Amino acid sequence: MQIYLPIAEMSVNIFLILGMGGAVGLLSGLFGVGGGFLMTPLLIFVGVPPAVAVGTEANQIVASSVSGGLVHWRRGNVDLRMGAVLTVGGLVGSGVGVALFSVLRGLGQIELVISLSYVVFLGAIGALMFYESVNVIMRRRRADPSKPVITARGPGRHTWIHGLPFKMRFRKSKLYISALLPLGVGFLVGILAAIMGVGGGFVMVPAMIYLLGMPTQVVIGTSLFQIIFVTANTTFLQATVNQTVDVVLAILLLIGGVLGAQVGARLGAKLRGEQLRVLLALIVLGVCLRLAFDLVATPAEMFSFGDAGG
Amino acid sequence: MSARLFILALMCAAGLTRAASAQTVPLVADLENHLVAITTGFTGTDVLLFGATDGPGDVVILVRGPGEDITLRRKERFGPIWANAESVELRDVPSFYSVASNGEPEDFASFRLRERYQIGLENLRLTFEDQRLSADVQSEYRDALLRLNQDRNLYNAEIGRVSLLANRLFRTELHFPANVPTGIYFVEIYLFRNGDVASAEIVPLSISKIGIGAEVYDFAHNLGPLYGLVAIIIAVLAGWAAEAAFRRT
Repeated sequence: MQIYLPIAEMSVNIFLILGMGGAVGLLSGLFGVGGGFLMTPLLIFVGVPPAVAVGTEANQIVASSVSGGLVHWRRGNVDLRMGAVLTVGGLVGSGVGVALFSVLRGLGQIELVISLSYVVFLGAIGALMFYESVNVIMRRRRADPSKPVITARGPGRHTWIHGLPFKMRFRKSKLYISALLPLGVGFLVGILAAIMGVGGGFVMVPAMIYLLGMPTQVVIGTSLFQIIFVTANTTFLQATVNQTVDVVLAILLLIGGVLGAQVGARLGAKLRGEQLRVLLALIVLGVCLRLAFDLVATPAEMFSFGDAGG
Repeated sequence: MSARLFILALMCAAGLTRAASAQTVPLVADLENHLVAITTGFTGTDVLLFGATDGPGDVVILVRGPGEDITLRRKERFGPIWANAESVELRDVPSFYSVASNGEPEDFASFRLRERYQIGLENLRLTFEDQRLSADVQSEYRDALLRLNQDRNLYNAEIGRVSLLANRLFRTELHFPANVPTGIYFVEIYLFRNGDVASAEIVPLSISKIGIGAEVYDFAHNLGPLYGLVAIIIAVLAGWAAEAAFRRT
């Protein structure tokens, strides 16, 4: 059954989109990631214009982060103060990101920048995740299986980061650090989120753990809290500046995504953490390689249409 | 189908009597309907064109979509990666083009005529923004434009079939694919006789979005900020509803 997407201006098979939403939702439930970094490239692969894929994905992530964020809110895993500071940085960043998006689109380079950002970030994060989880599995094999394996590196190191001004106390995170840090992290992730059509959790979570030194249990909830506001802002700006948010597509993705995430979360409870992470790392690296190949391979068609001056 | 045929017969009869009574009109033609509605379930459509001539001759039908200014970009290699480099702008390029005829236009229309009336994709006139471009560059971009639009099924190199009945009645199905651009189209009908154009007629056809799809599009383009807010509210409600629904189970 075909359905016409009014903003993307194309007909798609309704079950293909529901299936994609479901599959990515399954992975996000399984691994606890947003899934934007998989969905945006997938949408581009099926022919949705990159600009529409990015704008629409931001809209879908608002929904998935509200539903995920509420779960963490109930469990008390959101550091509101930290979330607010990250959000301020994120709002400014997503504003800059959408403006940059508009300029690059006019220059005909937006697809290149989207692809390059994906290759760089997916490559780096996939490789790190793969290395770390394989390491854990190897150590577990060698070590006494009854002993727990410590994976999380905690805070406690003192570096130049602790010398920055504007210190703030974040009670829930048990941190006393400069507000510039979360502002900066929020800002950079906001730019990425706007350009790549992702929530940015896959960059934000490692940054919160390793750079800010936040305790792991509040990291996911707080990052989801921030992502709600940043993707909402991105959706608003993309709709206003670029008119690239397709609500029909977003709703279809949402339905598939919600169902998939629930199945995934249940499935995930039965599987082991490290093996899951190796699997996720392989998926991330796979998407990265595919995009890298497209950038390097000689294109079959050298010419393409550009946006005629808006 | 039979209803369609009946209407066709009726309208052709009407056309014939009109042609017969007015004697001076060698060609009449019309479309089954003048509005193609792109609805949510739109997957492309056929529009019936029918008409009558006052005697033997060859019929050529051109369909042209609304003109638009376009930018074409060419990729080049930068180190290991391929990226868009130079670009060229073209003015008033038809967004859709197709030809139909009862025969091969080469057989009854001279090259000069085919060129003048832009019959056949090879005779489509393109205007480059930058007139100083060399002929080589122009023809390269021209080929690229024709190729890209053929890949999108918006330009048709093949000549569609027009059925002629008793050298008087003709009909053809004009096909429009799912991704057809919206706007006012012009269907040009030419009657060739003795190596020249004996008569011509132009029929407009409006292709527009109708229903929810159209309203969503207009809303997004006219009231962007409000549209963005509505999109966010839908997403927040959906996320909240999903969480609430699964919390209970």
